[in-house]
Amino acid sequence: MTPSLVDLCISAASEAFRGDGERLITSIGLVPRLAASLAKSTFEPGLMMTEGEAYLVSEPVPVGPRGDYRPKIEGLMTYKRVFDIIYRGKRHALVTPVQVDRFGQMNISVIGDYHAPKTALLGVRGYPGNTISNANSMFVPSHDTRTFVSGEVDMVAGIGYNPARWPDGQPPKHLDLRRIVSNLAVMDFGGAHHAIRVVSLHPGVTFDQVQDNTGFALERIAGLGETPPPSDAQLEVIERLDPHGLRYSVFPKR
Amino acid sequence: MNKTASIDEIAAEVESGMTIGIGGWGARRKPMAFVRALLNRPVKDLTLLSYGGPDVGMLAAAGKLKKLVFGFVSLDTLPLEPHFRVARQAGAFEVMELDEGMFQLGLKAAAAQLPFLPTRVGIGSDVLTHNPEIKMIESPYSDESLVAVPALALDMAVCHVNQADVLGNSRLSGPDPFFDEWFCRAADKAFLTSEAIVPTSAFNDAMIALQMPIERNLVQGVALAELGAHPTSCAPSYGIDVAHLRQYSAAAKGGWTSYFDEFIAGKDLPEYIALFGKDTINALPLPVF
Repeated sequence: MTPSLVDLCISAASEAFRGDGERLITSIGLVPRLAASLAKSTFEPGLMMTEGEAYLVSEPVPVGPRGDYRPKIEGLMTYKRVFDIIYRGKRHALVTPVQVDRFGQMNISVIGDYHAPKTALLGVRGYPGNTISNANSMFVPSHDTRTFVSGEVDMVAGIGYNPARWPDGQPPKHLDLRRIVSNLAVMDFGGAHHAIRVVSLHPGVTFDQVQDNTGFALERIAGLGETPPPSDAQLEVIERLDPHGLRYSVFPKR
Repeated sequence: MNKTASIDEIAAEVESGMTIGIGGWGARRKPMAFVRALLNRPVKDLTLLSYGGPDVGMLAAAGKLKKLVFGFVSLDTLPLEPHFRVARQAGAFEVMELDEGMFQLGLKAAAAQLPFLPTRVGIGSDVLTHNPEIKMIESPYSDESLVAVPALALDMAVCHVNQADVLGNSRLSGPDPFFDEWFCRAADKAFLTSEAIVPTSAFNDAMIALQMPIERNLVQGVALAELGAHPTSCAPSYGIDVAHLRQYSAAAKGGWTSYFDEFIAGKDLPEYIALFGKDTINALPLPVF
Protein backbone atom coordinates (compact mmCIF):
# COMPACT_ATOMS: atom_id res chain seq x y z
CA MET A 1 0.00 0.00 0.00
CA THR A 2 1.28 3.51 -0.78
CA PRO A 3 1.71 5.43 2.46
CA SER A 4 -0.11 8.73 2.85
CA LEU A 5 2.01 11.82 2.23
CA VAL A 6 1.68 12.94 5.83
CA ASP A 7 2.93 9.60 7.22
CA LEU A 8 5.82 9.71 4.74
CA CYS A 9 6.71 13.22 5.97
CA ILE A 10 6.46 12.19 9.65
CA SER A 11 8.73 9.24 9.04
CA ALA A 12 11.23 11.32 6.99
CA ALA A 13 11.24 14.13 9.57
CA SER A 14 11.80 11.68 12.43
CA GLU A 15 15.14 10.82 10.79
CA ALA A 16 16.29 14.37 11.62
CA PHE A 17 16.70 13.21 15.23
CA ARG A 18 18.78 10.10 14.53
CA GLY A 19 21.91 10.25 16.68
CA ASP A 20 20.53 12.99 18.94
CA GLY A 21 20.80 10.86 22.08
CA GLU A 22 19.53 12.86 25.04
CA ARG A 23 18.92 16.19 23.31
CA LEU A 24 15.83 18.18 24.28
CA ILE A 25 13.51 18.19 21.28
CA THR A 26 11.27 21.15 20.54
CA SER A 27 8.81 20.36 17.79
CA ILE A 28 6.36 23.09 16.81
CA GLY A 29 3.30 21.91 14.91
CA LEU A 30 1.54 18.60 14.40
CA VAL A 31 3.90 16.89 11.93
CA PRO A 32 7.06 17.97 13.83
CA ARG A 33 5.52 16.78 17.11
CA LEU A 34 4.59 13.39 15.61
CA ALA A 35 8.02 13.11 13.99
CA ALA A 36 9.83 13.69 17.28
CA SER A 37 7.41 11.36 19.09
CA LEU A 38 8.04 8.65 16.48
CA ALA A 39 11.81 9.01 16.88
CA LYS A 40 11.56 8.76 20.68
CA SER A 41 9.18 5.80 20.46
CA THR A 42 11.48 3.86 18.15
CA PHE A 43 15.19 4.51 17.52
CA GLU A 44 16.01 7.41 19.92
CA PRO A 45 14.39 6.54 23.27
CA GLY A 46 16.74 8.86 25.16
CA LEU A 47 15.32 12.07 23.63
CA MET A 48 13.89 14.57 26.09
CA MET A 49 10.42 15.86 25.14
CA THR A 50 7.63 17.79 26.85
CA GLU A 51 3.90 17.37 26.92
CA GLY A 52 3.73 20.65 24.97
CA GLU A 53 3.65 22.99 27.93
CA ALA A 54 6.00 22.73 30.91
CA TYR A 55 6.70 19.13 31.88
CA LEU A 56 9.19 16.63 30.52
CA VAL A 57 7.51 13.30 29.83
CA SER A 58 8.96 9.81 29.82
CA GLU A 59 6.84 8.75 26.82
CA PRO A 60 5.52 10.93 24.00
CA VAL A 61 2.02 12.28 24.65
CA PRO A 62 -0.56 11.45 21.95
CA VAL A 63 -1.85 14.55 20.12
CA GLY A 64 -5.41 15.85 20.43
CA PRO A 65 -7.97 15.10 23.13
CA ARG A 66 -6.36 12.78 25.68
CA GLY A 67 -9.33 11.06 27.24
CA ASP A 68 -8.10 9.24 30.33
CA TYR A 69 -4.46 9.45 29.27
CA ARG A 70 -2.26 11.36 31.73
CA PRO A 71 1.19 12.58 30.67
CA LYS A 72 3.95 10.62 32.41
CA ILE A 73 5.97 13.43 33.94
CA GLU A 74 9.70 12.91 34.42
CA GLY A 75 10.73 16.51 35.08
CA LEU A 76 10.15 20.21 34.62
CA MET A 77 10.82 22.28 31.48
CA THR A 78 9.47 25.79 32.01
CA TYR A 79 10.21 28.42 29.36
CA LYS A 80 12.97 29.84 31.54
CA ARG A 81 14.66 26.46 31.60
CA VAL A 82 14.21 26.06 27.84
CA PHE A 83 16.37 29.16 27.36
CA ASP A 84 19.00 27.75 29.72
CA ILE A 85 19.21 24.54 27.74
CA ILE A 86 19.21 26.38 24.39
CA TYR A 87 22.33 28.27 25.42
CA ARG A 88 23.92 25.08 26.72
CA GLY A 89 23.33 23.66 23.25
CA LYS A 90 21.77 20.26 23.96
CA ARG A 91 18.62 20.79 21.94
CA HIS A 92 17.22 20.22 18.47
CA ALA A 93 14.23 22.19 17.18
CA LEU A 94 11.96 21.13 14.29
CA VAL A 95 9.98 24.14 13.09
CA THR A 96 7.89 25.40 10.20
CA PRO A 97 9.15 28.75 8.91
CA VAL A 98 7.05 30.91 6.58
CA GLN A 99 10.05 31.72 4.36
CA VAL A 100 13.39 29.94 3.84
CA ASP A 101 16.25 31.11 1.63
CA ARG A 102 19.28 29.44 0.06
CA PHE A 103 21.34 30.01 3.22
CA GLY A 104 18.74 28.27 5.38
CA GLN A 105 17.77 31.61 6.91
CA MET A 106 14.18 31.48 8.22
CA ASN A 107 11.42 34.06 8.68
CA ILE A 108 8.26 34.05 10.80
CA SER A 109 8.17 37.79 11.54
CA VAL A 110 6.82 39.86 8.66
CA ILE A 111 6.32 39.60 4.90
CA GLY A 112 7.28 42.68 2.90
CA ASP A 113 8.83 45.92 4.11
CA TYR A 114 9.81 45.72 7.76
CA HIS A 115 8.41 49.11 8.74
CA ALA A 116 5.09 48.79 6.89
CA PRO A 117 4.75 45.05 6.37
CA LYS A 118 2.29 43.56 3.92
CA THR A 119 1.71 40.80 6.47
CA ALA A 120 2.66 40.82 10.13
CA LEU A 121 3.04 37.30 11.51
CA LEU A 122 4.30 36.25 14.96
CA GLY A 123 7.58 38.04 15.51
CA VAL A 124 11.02 36.42 15.58
CA ARG A 125 10.12 34.36 18.67
CA GLY A 126 13.20 32.36 19.77
CA TYR A 127 14.55 31.73 16.24
CA PRO A 128 17.70 33.90 16.54
CA GLY A 129 18.73 32.14 19.76
CA ASN A 130 17.72 28.68 18.60
CA THR A 131 19.71 28.86 15.38
CA ILE A 132 22.90 30.34 16.83
CA SER A 133 22.90 27.91 19.75
CA ASN A 134 21.73 24.47 18.65
CA ALA A 135 20.53 22.14 15.91
CA ASN A 136 17.50 23.04 13.79
CA SER A 137 15.45 21.22 11.16
CA MET A 138 12.39 22.25 9.20
CA PHE A 139 9.08 20.87 8.01
CA VAL A 140 7.58 22.78 5.07
CA PRO A 141 4.08 21.61 4.09
CA SER A 142 3.85 23.70 0.91
CA HIS A 143 7.01 23.57 -1.16
CA ASP A 144 6.76 26.59 -3.47
CA THR A 145 8.67 29.72 -4.42
CA ARG A 146 6.73 31.79 -1.87
CA THR A 147 8.26 29.68 0.90
CA PHE A 148 11.64 28.84 -0.66
CA VAL A 149 12.39 32.38 -1.78
CA SER A 150 14.98 33.78 -4.14
CA GLY A 151 17.30 36.27 -2.50
CA GLU A 152 17.08 36.52 1.27
CA VAL A 153 13.99 36.06 3.43
CA ASP A 154 12.22 39.33 4.23
CA MET A 155 13.27 39.31 7.91
CA VAL A 156 16.09 37.02 9.00
CA ALA A 157 14.81 35.49 12.24
CA GLY A 158 16.59 32.13 12.04
CA ILE A 159 20.19 32.55 10.96
CA GLY A 160 21.83 30.47 8.23
CA TYR A 161 25.02 29.80 6.32
CA ASN A 162 25.42 33.39 5.09
CA PRO A 163 28.98 34.61 5.74
CA ALA A 164 28.00 38.19 4.86
CA ARG A 165 26.09 38.33 8.15
CA TRP A 166 28.79 36.90 10.41
CA PRO A 167 31.08 39.18 12.44
CA ASP A 168 34.54 39.09 10.81
CA GLY A 169 33.18 36.43 8.42
CA GLN A 170 33.60 33.78 11.14
CA PRO A 171 30.84 31.12 11.19
CA PRO A 172 28.94 30.92 14.51
CA LYS A 173 30.38 27.91 16.35
CA HIS A 174 27.08 26.20 17.09
CA LEU A 175 25.12 26.94 13.89
CA ASP A 176 23.82 23.51 12.85
CA LEU A 177 21.04 23.30 10.25
CA ARG A 178 20.16 19.68 9.64
CA ARG A 179 17.25 18.54 7.50
CA ILE A 180 14.30 19.99 5.60
CA VAL A 181 11.28 17.81 4.88
CA SER A 182 8.73 19.28 2.48
CA ASN A 183 5.68 17.88 0.75
CA LEU A 184 7.92 17.16 -2.27
CA ALA A 185 11.32 16.06 -1.02
CA VAL A 186 13.88 15.69 1.74
CA MET A 187 16.82 18.10 1.75
CA ASP A 188 19.89 18.72 3.87
CA PHE A 189 22.69 21.28 4.03
CA GLY A 190 25.37 19.00 2.65
CA GLY A 191 26.06 20.92 -0.58
CA ALA A 192 29.03 23.18 -1.31
CA HIS A 193 29.42 25.70 1.56
CA HIS A 194 26.36 24.15 3.22
CA ALA A 195 24.15 24.66 0.16
CA ILE A 196 20.73 23.04 0.31
CA ARG A 197 20.78 19.64 -1.38
CA VAL A 198 17.97 17.26 -2.28
CA VAL A 199 18.65 13.86 -0.70
CA SER A 200 15.41 12.06 -1.66
CA LEU A 201 12.25 12.67 -3.69
CA HIS A 202 8.81 11.70 -2.47
CA PRO A 203 7.12 9.07 -4.68
CA GLY A 204 6.04 10.49 -8.05
CA VAL A 205 8.03 13.73 -7.66
CA THR A 206 10.86 14.68 -10.04
CA PHE A 207 13.92 16.77 -9.26
CA ASP A 208 12.84 19.32 -11.87
CA GLN A 209 9.50 19.68 -10.13
CA VAL A 210 11.26 20.41 -6.83
CA GLN A 211 13.63 22.85 -8.54
CA ASP A 212 10.77 24.64 -10.34
CA ASN A 213 9.06 25.19 -6.98
CA THR A 214 12.21 26.55 -5.31
CA GLY A 215 13.42 30.15 -5.66
CA PHE A 216 17.12 29.21 -5.71
CA ALA A 217 19.34 26.56 -7.30
CA LEU A 218 19.26 23.21 -5.50
CA GLU A 219 22.04 20.68 -5.39
CA ARG A 220 21.31 16.95 -5.47
CA ILE A 221 23.09 13.89 -4.21
CA ALA A 222 24.48 11.35 -6.63
CA GLY A 223 22.03 8.51 -7.21
CA LEU A 224 19.05 10.51 -5.96
CA GLY A 225 16.27 8.10 -5.01
CA GLU A 226 12.87 7.94 -3.37
CA THR A 227 12.11 8.88 0.22
CA PRO A 228 11.82 5.55 2.06
CA PRO A 229 8.25 4.74 3.04
CA PRO A 230 7.41 4.30 6.73
CA SER A 231 7.48 0.68 7.87
CA ASP A 232 4.35 -1.05 9.16
CA ALA A 233 5.80 -0.84 12.65
CA GLN A 234 6.26 2.94 12.24
CA LEU A 235 2.71 3.34 10.93
CA GLU A 236 1.41 1.53 14.00
CA VAL A 237 3.31 3.88 16.28
CA ILE A 238 2.08 6.95 14.36
CA GLU A 239 -1.49 5.71 14.66
CA ARG A 240 -1.06 5.29 18.42
CA LEU A 241 0.44 8.79 18.72
CA ASP A 242 -2.39 10.36 16.68
CA PRO A 243 -5.45 8.26 17.55
CA HIS A 244 -7.88 10.90 16.20
CA GLY A 245 -6.17 11.14 12.80
CA LEU A 246 -5.53 14.88 13.15
CA ARG A 247 -2.58 14.47 10.78
CA TYR A 248 -4.85 13.88 7.81
CA SER A 249 -5.86 17.57 7.89
CA VAL A 250 -2.27 18.71 7.23
CA PHE A 251 -2.44 18.28 3.47
CA PRO A 252 -5.63 19.32 1.68
CA LYS A 253 -7.24 16.46 -0.27
CA ARG A 254 -6.34 16.59 -3.93
CA MET B 1 1.69 46.79 56.32
CA ASN B 2 -1.16 46.49 53.84
CA LYS B 3 -0.54 46.82 50.12
CA THR B 4 -4.05 46.11 48.90
CA ALA B 5 -5.33 48.42 46.21
CA SER B 6 -8.13 48.35 43.67
CA ILE B 7 -7.57 47.42 40.03
CA ASP B 8 -8.47 51.01 39.11
CA GLU B 9 -5.93 52.37 41.58
CA ILE B 10 -3.23 50.27 39.93
CA ALA B 11 -4.33 51.43 36.47
CA ALA B 12 -4.20 55.03 37.76
CA GLU B 13 -0.49 54.59 38.45
CA VAL B 14 0.12 54.49 34.70
CA GLU B 15 0.96 57.86 33.17
CA SER B 16 1.26 58.77 29.51
CA GLY B 17 4.73 58.13 28.14
CA MET B 18 5.59 55.43 30.70
CA THR B 19 7.40 52.17 29.95
CA ILE B 20 5.37 49.29 31.33
CA GLY B 21 5.85 45.53 31.40
CA ILE B 22 3.01 43.01 31.48
CA GLY B 23 3.59 39.47 32.74
CA GLY B 24 2.17 36.18 31.48
CA TRP B 25 2.80 34.60 28.08
CA GLY B 26 0.62 34.74 24.93
CA ALA B 27 -2.91 33.90 26.02
CA ARG B 28 -1.78 32.62 29.44
CA ARG B 29 -2.11 34.37 32.82
CA LYS B 30 -2.32 37.92 31.53
CA PRO B 31 -3.56 40.63 33.94
CA MET B 32 -6.49 41.38 31.63
CA ALA B 33 -8.63 43.10 34.30
CA PHE B 34 -5.80 45.61 34.67
CA VAL B 35 -5.53 45.97 30.87
CA ARG B 36 -9.26 46.73 30.60
CA ALA B 37 -9.01 49.27 33.44
CA LEU B 38 -6.10 50.89 31.63
CA LEU B 39 -8.11 51.01 28.40
CA ASN B 40 -10.70 53.07 30.29
CA ARG B 41 -8.12 55.74 31.10
CA PRO B 42 -6.89 58.62 28.91
CA VAL B 43 -3.23 57.56 28.95
CA LYS B 44 -1.30 57.30 25.68
CA ASP B 45 2.20 57.00 24.22
CA LEU B 46 3.04 53.93 26.26
CA THR B 47 6.08 51.78 25.66
CA LEU B 48 4.95 48.21 26.30
CA LEU B 49 7.11 45.15 26.98
CA SER B 50 5.32 41.83 26.79
CA TYR B 51 5.51 38.18 25.77
CA GLY B 52 2.51 39.32 23.84
CA GLY B 53 -1.08 38.18 23.78
CA PRO B 54 -4.39 40.04 23.80
CA ASP B 55 -2.85 42.62 26.19
CA VAL B 56 -0.79 43.85 23.25
CA GLY B 57 -3.65 43.51 20.75
CA MET B 58 -6.09 45.54 22.86
CA LEU B 59 -3.65 48.31 23.75
CA ALA B 60 -2.58 48.50 20.08
CA ALA B 61 -6.18 48.56 18.83
CA ALA B 62 -6.96 51.40 21.25
CA GLY B 63 -4.01 53.44 20.00
CA LYS B 64 -2.29 53.47 23.39
CA LEU B 65 1.14 52.38 22.18
CA LYS B 66 4.05 54.54 21.13
CA LYS B 67 6.40 51.58 21.05
CA LEU B 68 6.23 47.81 21.47
CA VAL B 69 9.17 45.74 22.71
CA PHE B 70 8.40 42.10 21.89
CA GLY B 71 9.52 38.71 20.61
CA PHE B 72 6.09 37.56 19.48
CA VAL B 73 2.40 38.34 19.81
CA SER B 74 0.10 35.30 19.77
CA LEU B 75 -3.21 34.03 21.09
CA ASP B 76 -1.66 30.55 21.59
CA THR B 77 -4.37 28.19 20.34
CA LEU B 78 -5.12 30.85 17.72
CA PRO B 79 -1.54 31.45 16.60
CA LEU B 80 -1.84 34.99 15.25
CA GLU B 81 -3.10 38.11 17.10
CA PRO B 82 -5.23 40.01 14.54
CA HIS B 83 -5.40 43.37 16.36
CA PHE B 84 -1.61 43.42 16.70
CA ARG B 85 -1.27 42.49 13.03
CA VAL B 86 -3.56 45.30 11.83
CA ALA B 87 -1.72 47.91 13.91
CA ARG B 88 1.74 46.56 13.03
CA GLN B 89 0.90 46.54 9.31
CA ALA B 90 -0.31 50.14 9.58
CA GLY B 91 2.97 51.14 11.26
CA ALA B 92 0.90 52.41 14.22
CA PHE B 93 3.75 52.06 16.73
CA GLU B 94 7.52 51.78 16.81
CA VAL B 95 8.90 48.30 17.36
CA MET B 96 11.88 46.83 19.14
CA GLU B 97 11.62 43.20 18.02
CA LEU B 98 13.87 40.91 20.04
CA ASP B 99 14.52 37.21 20.36
CA GLU B 100 12.57 35.91 23.39
CA GLY B 101 15.81 35.09 25.20
CA MET B 102 17.33 38.53 24.47
CA PHE B 103 14.16 40.03 25.94
CA GLN B 104 14.75 38.01 29.10
CA LEU B 105 18.42 39.11 29.27
CA GLY B 106 17.33 42.75 28.93
CA LEU B 107 14.99 42.36 31.90
CA LYS B 108 17.72 40.57 33.87
CA ALA B 109 20.20 43.35 33.10
CA ALA B 110 17.73 45.94 34.38
CA ALA B 111 17.04 43.77 37.43
CA ALA B 112 20.75 43.54 38.20
CA GLN B 113 21.14 47.31 37.61
CA LEU B 114 23.60 46.60 34.82
CA PRO B 115 23.75 48.49 31.49
CA PHE B 116 23.72 45.26 29.45
CA LEU B 117 24.25 41.50 29.44
CA PRO B 118 26.25 39.72 26.73
CA THR B 119 25.00 36.97 24.45
CA ARG B 120 25.57 35.48 21.01
CA VAL B 121 21.86 35.66 20.29
CA GLY B 122 20.99 38.13 17.56
CA ILE B 123 24.22 37.69 15.58
CA GLY B 124 23.47 36.98 11.93
CA SER B 125 19.81 37.96 12.24
CA ASP B 126 17.82 41.05 11.27
CA VAL B 127 17.15 41.72 14.97
CA LEU B 128 20.44 43.63 14.87
CA THR B 129 19.67 45.25 11.50
CA HIS B 130 16.40 46.71 12.76
CA ASN B 131 17.67 47.68 16.23
CA PRO B 132 20.81 49.68 15.41
CA GLU B 133 20.92 50.92 19.01
CA ILE B 134 21.98 47.41 20.09
CA LYS B 135 25.78 47.41 20.16
CA MET B 136 28.37 44.67 19.85
CA ILE B 137 31.23 44.24 22.32
CA GLU B 138 34.51 42.35 22.11
CA SER B 139 34.92 39.61 24.69
CA PRO B 140 37.68 40.64 27.14
CA TYR B 141 38.57 36.94 27.58
CA SER B 142 38.43 35.48 24.07
CA ASP B 143 38.49 36.51 20.44
CA GLU B 144 34.76 36.82 19.95
CA SER B 145 32.24 39.58 19.23
CA LEU B 146 29.11 39.42 21.38
CA VAL B 147 25.80 41.24 21.45
CA ALA B 148 25.35 43.61 24.41
CA VAL B 149 21.63 43.36 25.14
CA PRO B 150 20.68 46.71 26.70
CA ALA B 151 18.89 46.76 30.05
CA LEU B 152 15.12 46.91 29.58
CA ALA B 153 14.19 49.01 32.61
CA LEU B 154 10.50 49.46 33.35
CA ASP B 155 8.67 52.26 35.10
CA MET B 156 6.05 49.76 36.10
CA ALA B 157 5.25 46.04 35.85
CA VAL B 158 1.91 44.30 36.34
CA CYS B 159 1.46 40.54 36.71
CA HIS B 160 -1.49 38.30 37.50
CA VAL B 161 -0.99 35.67 40.23
CA ASN B 162 -3.05 32.83 41.68
CA GLN B 163 -2.79 33.95 45.30
CA ALA B 164 -1.38 36.93 47.18
CA ASP B 165 -1.45 38.28 50.70
CA VAL B 166 -1.73 41.91 51.79
CA LEU B 167 2.04 42.10 52.20
CA GLY B 168 2.73 41.34 48.55
CA ASN B 169 3.74 37.69 48.95
CA SER B 170 2.36 35.75 46.01
CA ARG B 171 2.05 32.29 44.55
CA LEU B 172 2.01 31.12 40.94
CA SER B 173 0.40 27.69 41.09
CA GLY B 174 0.30 26.90 37.37
CA PRO B 175 3.00 24.81 35.72
CA ASP B 176 5.04 27.73 34.35
CA PRO B 177 5.84 31.01 36.16
CA PHE B 178 6.96 32.49 32.80
CA PHE B 179 9.11 35.63 33.36
CA ASP B 180 6.89 37.46 35.82
CA GLU B 181 9.60 37.72 38.47
CA TRP B 182 11.96 39.40 35.99
CA PHE B 183 9.33 41.93 34.93
CA CYS B 184 8.89 42.77 38.63
CA ARG B 185 12.64 43.01 39.29
CA ALA B 186 13.20 45.17 36.19
CA ALA B 187 10.57 47.69 37.28
CA ASP B 188 10.64 50.75 39.53
CA LYS B 189 7.24 49.66 40.79
CA ALA B 190 5.55 46.29 40.45
CA PHE B 191 1.88 45.56 41.01
CA LEU B 192 0.01 42.29 41.23
CA THR B 193 -3.56 41.38 40.47
CA SER B 194 -4.58 38.15 42.15
CA GLU B 195 -7.27 35.49 41.87
CA ALA B 196 -7.50 35.51 45.67
CA ILE B 197 -6.19 37.45 48.66
CA VAL B 198 -5.18 34.91 51.31
CA PRO B 199 -3.77 35.12 54.83
CA THR B 200 0.03 34.89 54.99
CA SER B 201 -0.38 31.59 56.83
CA ALA B 202 -1.70 30.08 53.58
CA PHE B 203 1.94 30.14 52.37
CA ASN B 204 3.28 28.29 55.42
CA ASP B 205 4.24 25.18 53.43
CA ALA B 206 7.62 24.23 52.02
CA MET B 207 6.23 22.96 48.69
CA ILE B 208 4.07 26.05 48.19
CA ALA B 209 7.12 28.23 48.84
CA LEU B 210 8.69 26.72 45.68
CA GLN B 211 5.88 28.40 43.71
CA MET B 212 6.63 31.91 45.00
CA PRO B 213 9.21 33.49 42.66
CA ILE B 214 8.30 37.18 43.22
CA GLU B 215 9.89 38.87 46.26
CA ARG B 216 7.36 40.90 48.21
CA ASN B 217 9.75 43.84 48.53
CA LEU B 218 9.32 44.39 44.78
CA VAL B 219 5.56 44.73 45.11
CA GLN B 220 3.93 48.13 45.62
CA GLY B 221 0.32 47.06 45.45
CA VAL B 222 -1.94 44.02 45.26
CA ALA B 223 -5.47 44.01 43.85
CA LEU B 224 -8.07 41.28 44.13
CA ALA B 225 -9.05 40.25 40.61
CA GLU B 226 -10.96 36.98 40.68
CA LEU B 227 -11.08 35.57 37.12
CA GLY B 228 -9.00 38.62 36.22
CA ALA B 229 -6.99 36.80 33.54
CA HIS B 230 -10.06 36.07 31.37
CA PRO B 231 -10.13 35.62 28.38
CA THR B 232 -6.59 34.29 28.90
CA SER B 233 -6.00 31.21 31.06
CA CYS B 234 -5.06 31.01 34.70
CA ALA B 235 -3.84 27.46 35.34
CA PRO B 236 -4.78 25.42 37.24
CA SER B 237 -8.11 27.23 37.71
CA TYR B 238 -9.44 28.01 34.23
CA GLY B 239 -8.41 27.72 30.60
CA ILE B 240 -8.25 30.04 27.59
CA ASP B 241 -11.68 31.25 26.41
CA VAL B 242 -11.06 30.28 22.80
CA ALA B 243 -14.63 31.12 21.72
CA HIS B 244 -14.31 34.61 23.15
CA LEU B 245 -10.89 35.10 21.58
CA ARG B 246 -12.43 34.17 18.23
CA GLN B 247 -15.08 36.86 18.75
CA TYR B 248 -12.37 39.33 19.80
CA SER B 249 -10.28 38.35 16.76
CA ALA B 250 -13.20 38.91 14.40
CA ALA B 251 -13.45 42.46 15.77
CA ALA B 252 -10.10 43.28 14.16
CA LYS B 253 -11.98 43.85 10.90
CA GLY B 254 -13.35 47.25 11.89
CA GLY B 255 -15.18 46.02 14.98
CA TRP B 256 -12.89 47.23 17.77
CA THR B 257 -15.22 50.07 18.86
CA SER B 258 -18.18 47.77 19.31
CA TYR B 259 -15.99 45.21 21.12
CA PHE B 260 -14.74 47.99 23.39
CA ASP B 261 -18.27 49.23 24.08
CA GLU B 262 -19.59 45.75 24.81
CA PHE B 263 -16.81 44.39 27.02
CA ILE B 264 -14.60 47.21 28.28
CA ALA B 265 -16.16 50.70 28.39
CA GLY B 266 -17.01 51.71 31.95
CA LYS B 267 -17.14 48.11 33.21
CA ASP B 268 -15.51 46.99 36.41
CA LEU B 269 -14.41 43.37 36.82
CA PRO B 270 -17.66 42.01 38.38
CA GLU B 271 -19.71 43.66 35.59
CA TYR B 272 -17.39 42.16 32.98
CA ILE B 273 -17.50 38.69 34.55
CA ALA B 274 -21.31 38.86 34.72
CA LEU B 275 -21.34 39.02 30.88
CA PHE B 276 -19.98 35.45 30.87
CA GLY B 277 -20.90 33.98 34.24
CA LYS B 278 -18.43 32.89 36.91
CA ASP B 279 -19.28 29.22 36.53
CA THR B 280 -18.78 29.35 32.77
CA ILE B 281 -15.30 30.83 33.13
CA ASN B 282 -14.35 28.44 35.94
CA ALA B 283 -15.41 25.55 33.69
CA LEU B 284 -13.18 26.61 30.76
CA PRO B 285 -10.93 23.59 30.14
CA LEU B 286 -7.19 24.02 30.56
CA PRO B 287 -5.50 24.13 27.17
CA VAL B 288 -3.88 20.97 25.82
CA PHE B 289 -0.79 21.89 23.82
